[in-house]
Formats: sequence, C-alpha cells, structure tokens
Amino acid sequence: MSKSKFTTIGRKILMALSGFFLMFFLLQHLTINMLSVVSPDMFNEVSQFMGTNPVVQFALQPVLIFAVFFHFIMGIVLELQNRSARSVKYAYSKPGTNSSWISRNMIVTGLVVLAFLGLHFYDFWVHEMTVKYAGGDMTGLINPNDPNSGYRYYEELVMKFEDPIRVIIYIISFVLLALHLMHGFQSSFQSVGVSKGKNFIKKFGNAFAIVVPLGFIFIAIYHHLQH
Amino acid sequence: MNLTLKIWRQKDAKSPGKMVTYPISNIEGHMSFLEMMDILNDELIEKGEEPVAFDHDCREGICGMCSMYINGEAHGPDRRVTTCQLHMRMFKDGETIHIEPFRANSFPVVKDLMVDRGAFDRIQQAGGYISVNTSGNTQDANSLPIPKADADLAMDAATCIGCGACVATCKNSSAMLFVSAKVSQYALLPQGQVEAKDRVINMVNQMDIEGFGNCTNTGACEVECPKGISLDNIARMNRELIKAKA
Repeated sequence: MSKSKFTTIGRKILMALSGFFLMFFLLQHLTINMLSVVSPDMFNEVSQFMGTNPVVQFALQPVLIFAVFFHFIMGIVLELQNRSARSVKYAYSKPGTNSSWISRNMIVTGLVVLAFLGLHFYDFWVHEMTVKYAGGDMTGLINPNDPNSGYRYYEELVMKFEDPIRVIIYIISFVLLALHLMHGFQSSFQSVGVSKGKNFIKKFGNAFAIVVPLGFIFIAIYHHLQH
Repeated sequence: MNLTLKIWRQKDAKSPGKMVTYPISNIEGHMSFLEMMDILNDELIEKGEEPVAFDHDCREGICGMCSMYINGEAHGPDRRVTTCQLHMRMFKDGETIHIEPFRANSFPVVKDLMVDRGAFDRIQQAGGYISVNTSGNTQDANSLPIPKADADLAMDAATCIGCGACVATCKNSSAMLFVSAKVSQYALLPQGQVEAKDRVINMVNQMDIEGFGNCTNTGACEVECPKGISLDNIARMNRELIKAKA
C-alpha cells in the first residue's frame, strides 16, 4: 500500500479524487433528473432501471455512499487539523485581501450540503430502500398489484416539490453547492498536480459550478409550478 | 505623520503575550517600516522600557528575517515586498497599525515579534540539496545543457527566501508554498533528478512532522509571498510526490 495517504498531500489527493467522483455523479444525476422535465415516461423507465439494476444498486451505489462519507469525514478531519495548526489566532487579520470567501469556507458550504444530503436521503433514498428492500416491492408501480397503474417515480418526484418550504431549502442548498464547486472543481485539479491550462480549468469549473446546481434548481421549481 | 501602533508584546516563549498600544509621531513616508520600528525602540530605550524585539538582517528584501503581520497581512499591505521594503507612505496619518508576529504552532514565538522558523531549516535539511562533490571536479556550467524555460522556472522557485509569509498568511498554516519552491528548484534541473524521489518524500514527511496544516488551495500564500512564488510549484510538488510514490 502506498504510504502517501498518510501525508498531508496524500489526503488532499484522496479528497480531490472523491471530489471528482462526486462531481461526475452530480452530472449523471442531473441528466436523469432532466428527463423528468423532457419526458415523464423516459424518466420513469430510467428510474426503474437505476433502481433495480444490480450493478447500479450493489456496485455503484455502495461506492457512491462510500465516496460521500469519505469526502465529508476527510473534509472535517482536515479542517480540524488545519485549525489546530494555529492555536493563538491573529488579533487582527484581513484574509479577504488575499483569498476568496468561497475558498476559505469550504467547510461551511460543505456542511450545508451535507445537511441537505440528510434531507435528500430522507426524501428519496430512505423511501426507495423501504419500498424495495423492506417492503419487497421491486415492481416500481404505483399499485404493485396492478400492472397497468404505471411507474410511481415521476409522481413521487412531483409530489415532493409541492411544499414551497422544501423547494426553498433545495434552492438554498444548491446555491451553497455552487459555491462549494466553484472552489472545489479547480482545487481538485491543483491537488492532483494539474497546473497546465489552469485558467481554462477555472473558467470551466465556474461554468460547471453554476450550470449543474442551476439545473437542479430549475427542476425543483418546474415541478413545484406543476401544482 | 502620527500613528498609533498596537504591538504584540511577549516576554519569552513560555509567557502569555498581549497587544500593547504605543503612539508614535514624526514618521516620514520615505522611511521603511523597520526604520519606524527603530525609532520606536529608541524612544522606548530612552524611557527605560524594554524595546520591541523583531528579526531583521539584510534590510534589502533577500534575507527573509523580518517576519511581521502588519494590519492583518504578512509583510503589510504592499505586494511583493518584505517588511524592510515596506514604506511608511503605505499608511495614512493618524492610522492605527496592528503588528503581530507570524502565527503558527510550527513557528513558536521567541519574543515579541520574533518567531523560531527552525522548522523550515529542518525541512530543507531533509532533502533540499544535491549530493555532488564539488571539490576539484566541478563541471563547466555549459557542459550540461538546460532548456531556458526550465532554467527560468527553477530560478523563479529558487528566489524563495524562506521568510514564512506563506505559513503566516495561510488560514491552515500550511508550508506547501515554501516546500514546493524548494522541491521545484531541483525537480526542474537535471542535477536534481538523482535524488528527486527521496527529496520530495523526505521533505513532505518533515513538513508533516513539523505540524504545518494542509493546503486547501486558497491561493493566499501566492498573493502575500514577497517573491511571487507561484502556486504552480505546489501542483508540481504534488506531481513529484505522486511520481515518487507510484
């Protein structure tokens, strides 16, 4: 086993790699969610596939859950280490003159996104697990005893966004996610040692950080307005 | 101009310190910050008080000794300067100036504004050298061609004076900019290749042993560095470490 994971740089590299994976996941998640706007039937079909395919359920899903836990636990560990590296704080400091608020407050934006993930898992994931694995209903149908009742996914999604408070919480969380990604995207490349084309990476990262969360916000508002 | 100075006073490494206020007058804009400190100390000595201890040596921006955190920034509000190169014209008449030592657990305060930056020496000793016997068998410099672009980047990295402003200004007290400059200056040159793997591993390990924080790529170090050492060096060190461990 590589000893590098014990160095501060090794931990940063692992933080970046888990970040890359989560950013790729976000893109995939957004693509599927966008189907709910384009075609409810297609969204239902893909949801049923993702929800019942053994590779997705028993290989990719555990990896994703591991990556989420790893990223936030490592993030908190690094933050605590960093804080303890300076026990006597400056009486007067002006960090805003040399660095952005976003880059200095990844732990703040990260913890908000983590809190959101709690709500999001409660909203969708826990429900899915309960229906499929506790209830044993793998049909994905609104009425499991009626094959003509249609898939339940689109209907459940639209129902979730009826509550304006939930929509507002989702919007705020995605704004914070956008801030987290604005630094996280380019920072991940720097951590793995990519410095060529850093201006392009920064611009592309900013575009990614705005477009992806904006897509999720659009979907939440779109379904809310259907009520 | 007349100024109010709020200076960190600490008797020794073990005693607790505190900010003490000193009014100072008749300061000219062309004076350097350290000359202003000299005037303050003259006044304190005349009054029979203990002068403010601060590090200084060359006073021309290359020794890296003058470690002061001035008005919330390492080496003060100017860019690409050390404290000795900071002119009083950067301040306004009647202004209050906060002066603190560089703060990091790895840079313990010795007295007042003086800190012990021995951690940097130990990192340098862990690998910041090449093992070439130069006694009697020195090669002609031109016998080893080096691309101009590489030579320039190596020279840029080598301008690091080890002042510690990067650590002082980093919210995590990370020493990555310093260590990466020292790793880069050799990594870019053929002479540095022989020990490249051991160098980066040993220097990074020593950096961790010294208790510096992790780099979170805020970029504050690059902005405050008096020599303008680039963040690209940190990316290069990360690559070097990945190569060395692979």
